[in-house]
Amino acid sequence: MRTLRDVKAGEKAVVVKVNGVGHLRKRIMDMGITKGCEVEVIKVAPLGDPVEITLRGYDLSIRKQDAESIEVE
Amino acid sequence: MSNRIALAGNPNCGKTTMFNRLTGSSQRVGNWPGVTIDRKEGKLKGQDGIAVVDLPGIYSLSPYSPEEVVSRDFLLKDRPDAVVNIVDATNLERNLYLTTQILEVGIPVVIALNMIDVVRKEGIDIDKAELSKRLGCPVVETSALKGDGIEELVEEILAAAERGAGSYPRYSDGLESYLSKVSDVIKGHVPDESVRWYAAKFLERDEMALEAVPAEVAEEVEKIAAEMENEFDDEADSIVAGERYNYIGGVIAAAVKRDDRRGKETASDKIDKIITNRWLGLPIFAAVMFTIYYIAITTIGTLGSDWVNDVLFGEILIPGVDEWLTANDVNGVLAGLIVEGIVAGVGAVVGFLPQMLVLFVLLVILEECGYMARVAFVMDRVFRRFGLSGKSFIPILVGTGCGVPGIMATRAIEGSKERRITAMTTTFIPCSAKLPVIAMIAGALFFQSAWVALSVYFMGIFCILISGVILKKWHSMTGAPAPFIMELPPYHVPGIFTVIRSTLERGWAFCKKAGTFIMLACAIVWFLSAFDWGLTMVDDINDSMLADIGKSLKWIFVPLGWGDDWEFTIGTITGLAAKENVVGTFGILFGYAEPSEVGEEFWDIVAARFGPGSLGQLAGYSFLAFNMICAPCFAAIGAMKGELGSWRDTGKAVLYQCVLAYVISLIIFQFGSILLGGGFQIWLLLAAAALVGLVYMLTAKDPFKVIGRGLLRRPADE
Ligand SMILES: Nc1nc2c(ncn2[C@@H]2O[C@H](COP(=O)(O)OP(=O)(O)OP(=O)(O)O)[C@@H](O)[C@H]2O)c(=O)[nH]1
Ligand SMILES: [Mg+2]
Repeated sequence: MRTLRDVKAGEKAVVVKVNGVGHLRKRIMDMGITKGCEVEVIKVAPLGDPVEITLRGYDLSIRKQDAESIEVE
Repeated sequence: MSNRIALAGNPNCGKTTMFNRLTGSSQRVGNWPGVTIDRKEGKLKGQDGIAVVDLPGIYSLSPYSPEEVVSRDFLLKDRPDAVVNIVDATNLERNLYLTTQILEVGIPVVIALNMIDVVRKEGIDIDKAELSKRLGCPVVETSALKGDGIEELVEEILAAAERGAGSYPRYSDGLESYLSKVSDVIKGHVPDESVRWYAAKFLERDEMALEAVPAEVAEEVEKIAAEMENEFDDEADSIVAGERYNYIGGVIAAAVKRDDRRGKETASDKIDKIITNRWLGLPIFAAVMFTIYYIAITTIGTLGSDWVNDVLFGEILIPGVDEWLTANDVNGVLAGLIVEGIVAGVGAVVGFLPQMLVLFVLLVILEECGYMARVAFVMDRVFRRFGLSGKSFIPILVGTGCGVPGIMATRAIEGSKERRITAMTTTFIPCSAKLPVIAMIAGALFFQSAWVALSVYFMGIFCILISGVILKKWHSMTGAPAPFIMELPPYHVPGIFTVIRSTLERGWAFCKKAGTFIMLACAIVWFLSAFDWGLTMVDDINDSMLADIGKSLKWIFVPLGWGDDWEFTIGTITGLAAKENVVGTFGILFGYAEPSEVGEEFWDIVAARFGPGSLGQLAGYSFLAFNMICAPCFAAIGAMKGELGSWRDTGKAVLYQCVLAYVISLIIFQFGSILLGGGFQIWLLLAAAALVGLVYMLTAKDPFKVIGRGLLRRPADE
């Protein structure tokens, strides 16, 4: 199973499924990370975490640990 | 006619800027999500009896953080007569997600297509008629920043409120059939106008919404949701969110005719590439911080402050007031109060206004341009290690201006644990009111070296980080850590008027404080220093009431190296009302004899009191350290109460701050004095014990078992 965490900087991926529960799950979906949405990982923060991604025309910062809840292909 | 309209929208879409336009007020704005944390009400300009309510930004109507609850409750329970849904037109897709939910609430909606100035500049073409047709509500193009489209917006709001609610979005037939099933079940249990909204929220299994209906209804809904999950082969909340975004996709395909940004690198992207670059990110951050405080504290700021102290007060005001008092034959006591108390005390404080203004300008620019969110992005890794979040850095940065908005800004931090720890520690970073104290010590003992200020900022950060580790353990609450999913807004060039207005606003708040609070405190300090307990005027300040109070308490600070001088104790106490008072008090106590030479005259006295050579410097630094870290001013303590919820917790937080301040100062002075050859003092043992205690708190798994728990618990979290 590939998650958003495994996507390298500069690569694109399509969301397959959102895992996780509660606040995290809700926030992920509210921000537009839903099934079928294309995301691109732009870069990793200077200290290695979090990562910056682009989706639906805007930029988002997400921790690697939280990115694990997002299945992609 | 309607009388209350709400401004709702995503964080950072321009709601407060619009609010300021509509009402003519000047609430705080900034280019990072989470500036507004409580609802603000104002009167619509040019219309009688209509109130406008600015709400904190939200991403959806299923809130988690407390400021999001404020917005949702206002829309659903208070039911304004109309909602202006402010939409960031440069980020239409995500912003419309909230719109789909607002439309379902059943309140008349007008959409303000905000930031239209940026949209036009970037070559985006949005067909507003098409958008309006699809969404079923009026759409107005606005630029809250430039003031375009405001009149049209007001007209549309008034018309919409008359007309009543419009339609709501239609989803796929599959989802619609389930929505109507749920609607049938819940009818009568929820307000009629909002049936659609509740139906959708119930299908998403929104817990807060489900509380509104009896358990058997909730069960019925659950059955329908399970049935839908079966059919769609997906989870219910994911189905609903997906359907909303599909709907939005359709709207955008029809309404956005052109978007030149697509597949291209915008200017903001290019800037961001450098600023949060893997290698340059941290050095740039350090350089930005250093530059700001270097400019504010040493160069431009000091030029202004010198002028105020030497010319305005030294040559113009004080001699002028003196002359006037003599000429008018004013009573001696009153003249003493005015010249030696108020002018000397307040003057010592107002002298720092130029430095503060410079700092405020730079901070406003920083907040406006979009760097704040990047700071959180860059620093998250560090802060998370210490039990905080990258977002903790935003309150800390805001707190360098003033601790009160700093503490309030903690509300944008989602995790309650991180939020509470940040609220308790934000004031460790020196606010602008502490600058005078730093400048006084640096000037009196360290030849005005910029390193003093810099070291105090680092000490503040250090205290915040170790407190993160310590306070995290003070806490028995488990529960999932909050996610750190944060929008990184595009960079803006800050509007010149916004910068000027915000700066003046903050400067004015300081002047008001100097004119009321600090003036009163100075008058009291002067009174206590000029009279004895029998209320006869004393010649020697050492016989005064103030001296007695100071003498009876000064033993507390002997281990910190403050020596035999009660004035430092008094200065610290008056600093609780406002930190500038420390300097104001010294102005009265030391500048006493010749108030016309506030500047150097009393620096020399301060230096003499702390003693000669490096040991004197050390004692001065210990005084500085204590005053920086101990309990903040009353206003900040009040703000802390607002975030922590109860006076009991606030009291504990203040106690923690004071104890930490004492420990740090004790360690600095006692160990420092051994290193500098000051000889052995019995207090060294106390310092060693404090150090061991501190290390224990940092390393032990559960050090609070003995001390007692509960500080970080709060009824709402359970
Ligand atoms: N170019 C442009 N900038 C705008 C406009 N409206 C607001 N801004 C800027 O956008 C940023 C955010 O504005 P705010 O008014 O603080 O946004 P808000 O919606 O109140 O944000 P929160 O309180 O965090 O939810 C600020 O930097 C504003 O100067 C606009 O119409 N055009
Ligand atoms: Mg706001």
